[in-house]
Amino acid sequence: MGFFQTLDYMMLLKAFIVGGLICIIGQILIDKTKLTSARILVIFVTTGVILGGLGIYKYLVDFAGSGATVPLTGFGNALAKGAIEGVKQYGFIGAFTGGVTAAAGGIAAAVFFGYIAALIAKPKMKKQ
Amino acid sequence: MNRIGNQTIKFNNPPTILETASIVGPKEANGPLSKYFDKCLEDEFWGENSWEKAESKMIKEASNLAISKSNLPISDINFCLAGDLLNQCISSNFGLREINIPFFGIFGACSTFAESLCLGSILVESNAANNVLCSVSSHFCSAEKQFRFPLELGNQRPQSAQWTVTGSGCAIISKTGQGPYITHITPGKIIDMGIKDSNNMGAAMAPAALDTLITHFKDTGRNPSYYDGIFTGDLGYVGKEILTELALSKGYNIKSNYNDCGVLIFDKDAQDTHSGGSGCACAATVFSGYIFNQLKEKKYKKILLIATGALTNSTTAQQGESIPGIAHAVSIEI
Repeated sequence: MGFFQTLDYMMLLKAFIVGGLICIIGQILIDKTKLTSARILVIFVTTGVILGGLGIYKYLVDFAGSGATVPLTGFGNALAKGAIEGVKQYGFIGAFTGGVTAAAGGIAAAVFFGYIAALIAKPKMKKQ
Repeated sequence: MNRIGNQTIKFNNPPTILETASIVGPKEANGPLSKYFDKCLEDEFWGENSWEKAESKMIKEASNLAISKSNLPISDINFCLAGDLLNQCISSNFGLREINIPFFGIFGACSTFAESLCLGSILVESNAANNVLCSVSSHFCSAEKQFRFPLELGNQRPQSAQWTVTGSGCAIISKTGQGPYITHITPGKIIDMGIKDSNNMGAAMAPAALDTLITHFKDTGRNPSYYDGIFTGDLGYVGKEILTELALSKGYNIKSNYNDCGVLIFDKDAQDTHSGGSGCACAATVFSGYIFNQLKEKKYKKILLIATGALTNSTTAQQGESIPGIAHAVSIEI
C-alpha cells in the first residue's frame, strides 16, 4: 500500500494531460495534413531541440514530468540539453558528443528492445 | 479483328472467357462477395514464411485451379500472360515458374488484369493461340511494404487510402466456347493530372478511367445505357465519385449502372477499409468471382470492365513525382 500513498496524483494528472496534448498535435497533423509519420517524427524532435535549446522546454518538464519527457519532443529536449552541457564540459567537440551522450540510454534501449521484439514477434496483417 | 475509331479493337470472332478462378485472403473472405470466390484463405501467410511467398502461392494455385476448372490439358494452354505489383513482377515469375507454359510477364499496375485480357484476346483472335491463361495477384502486406511503410511501423491510414486486395484472379481465354465473349477492347493512354498523394490513388486514376470510358463510347458508338454494368477496377469511393461527376460533365450519365470493384469487395463500415479496395487482384477477383458468375447466370448480359492502374513506384513518390494513371476497357457480352 505504501507505493500508492507515495504517488503524487496531481503530477500523474498533469503528465497525462500534457503528454496527451502533445499526442493530439501529432494526431491532428496526421489527419489534417499530408505529412508522413516520418516527417511528423522529425518535426517533433526538432521542435524539442529548439524549445530545449532556448530553455523553454524545461518549464514543461518541471510542470508535467514524464508527460513532457517521454514524447519525442522530450528526446529533442534531451539532445539540446546534452549538447549545451557537452560544450560546457568539453568545449566545441561537446556540441557533437553531448547530445547523443545524454540520449544514449534512450537510443540503446530502443535498439535493444527493438531487437528483442524482432526475435519474439512476427509481423501481422493490420486490422484496419 | 479490326480497329474502330481511335483506339478500340473490335473482334470479328470474339474470344470466349472459358473459365475463371479466384483465391482471396481472410479480409476479402469476410466481405460481401465472399460466396463468389473459389477459395477463401484463413491466413494471409497461407503456411509460407513471407508475404511474397504467400502471394506467389496464390497466383500459382489460382492458375492451376482455372486450368483444372476448364478441363483443358495444360499442353493446350498456349501462352500465359501474368503480372502483379511487386518489383520485377516476382509474384508471377516465382509463382508460375513451374507451370510450364510460354510466359509473358506484364505490368500495368492495378490495370494488369484488363491488360492481360486485351493482349490475350488479340493472341487468340489472331490465331497465335487457342487458349491463353491470364493471371494476376496482389497482397496487402507485400504491397504496403513496397509502396508505403513496413507494417511493423504500425502507421495510421488516412480516410482516402485504399486497401490492397489480397488474392489472385485468373481467366482462360479461348478460341471456341459458349461465351461470355470479349467483343471489344479499348486500351487506354497514360494520363497524368498531377496528383501526388499516394494515399489517394482513386483521384489519380479517375481521369484515365474517364478518358478510356469516353473513347470507348465514341469509338463504338455506344452509350452508357448499352451496358448492364460498367465496372472500374479500383477507383474506390473517392475515385468513383470523381469519375461519375466527370463523366456527367462530359455528357455521359453512368450513375445508374456504374460501380467500382474496390467499392464492391469490402463492406466499408464493418471492415474499416476507408476508401475501398485496390490492387491487381481487386478487379481480377471481383471479375473472376462475382461478375463472371453473374454473366454465366445471365443476370448481366453486357458489361464493360475498366481496370485502372496507378503507374507509380516508391522511388518516384519519394522524389515528388506525380502519379500517372492508366485504364484499359474490355467489353464482355453473352
